[in-house]
Amino acid sequence: MSLTTTMTGDAQIVKVNAERIDAAMAIQFKEDMRAETESGPDRVILDLSEVQFIDSSGLGAIVAAMKQLGSGRKLDLAGLTPMVEKVFRLTRMDTIFNLYSSLSEATAPASANS
Amino acid sequence: MVKTFACSFTATNLDARSGIASVVDRLRTLGIPAARADEVQIALTEAVNNVVEHAYPDAAPGDVRIKAELSPERLWISIQDAGAPYPNGQLPEGNPADVNVPVQNLPEGGFGWFLIRELANNVQYERSEGNNNLSLCFEIQVTSPSAGP
Repeated sequence: MSLTTTMTGDAQIVKVNAERIDAAMAIQFKEDMRAETESGPDRVILDLSEVQFIDSSGLGAIVAAMKQLGSGRKLDLAGLTPMVEKVFRLTRMDTIFNLYSSLSEATAPASANS
Repeated sequence: MVKTFACSFTATNLDARSGIASVVDRLRTLGIPAARADEVQIALTEAVNNVVEHAYPDAAPGDVRIKAELSPERLWISIQDAGAPYPNGQLPEGNPADVNVPVQNLPEGGFGWFLIRELANNVQYERSEGNNNLSLCFEIQVTSPSAGP
């Protein structure tokens, strides 16, 4: 599975270059995320805009990716497509992560909202 | 009018992925609304993932057989495998995961049965002649949303 990292200001953006995060690739995703985020800024933004489908294995792998960041660092999610958003909402995992409709919203300065 | 079709594939993650995609594509061409087809795909994926992970040993995956029966107001999908039965012959309850816990204690699995029960309107399971027969019913909201009996 392919992940691409970009650094912006105080955050690391990790883009998932895959149409799905499912049982066939969940373990690989978790390991690749560990490698990508081993060191770096406290804030990691996962860009999910290419991902059209996720199952419970993929959801678990994203939770694992957040947990392996350790305390003091956080994983935010951006660009959720409708099906992915539905799985997060149904499982109430939307209450655990900060969700942004797009990457630009996730990286906008906080003051832009006021 | 009732439309039926069937398919089967080996119980591996990759074969399951393409098998389920073919079933869902077929359902879309039969006119199931896109959002409902998405939900069917989620529930069917979780059900088949369980077969891949729990029913057959990793070294010897058997077959998964899917049958779909679409009538104007509901879709029945049956999933059959010849693997191990569910523990105690019972389906998991599928309680929602507890998310009000510290991050390090968040669950990384156990969402599957919750999703199936949340998205399907009826779930039936029967063990017979060495097969697991799981049936999922989805009401299709084309006309009036009639309640079950």
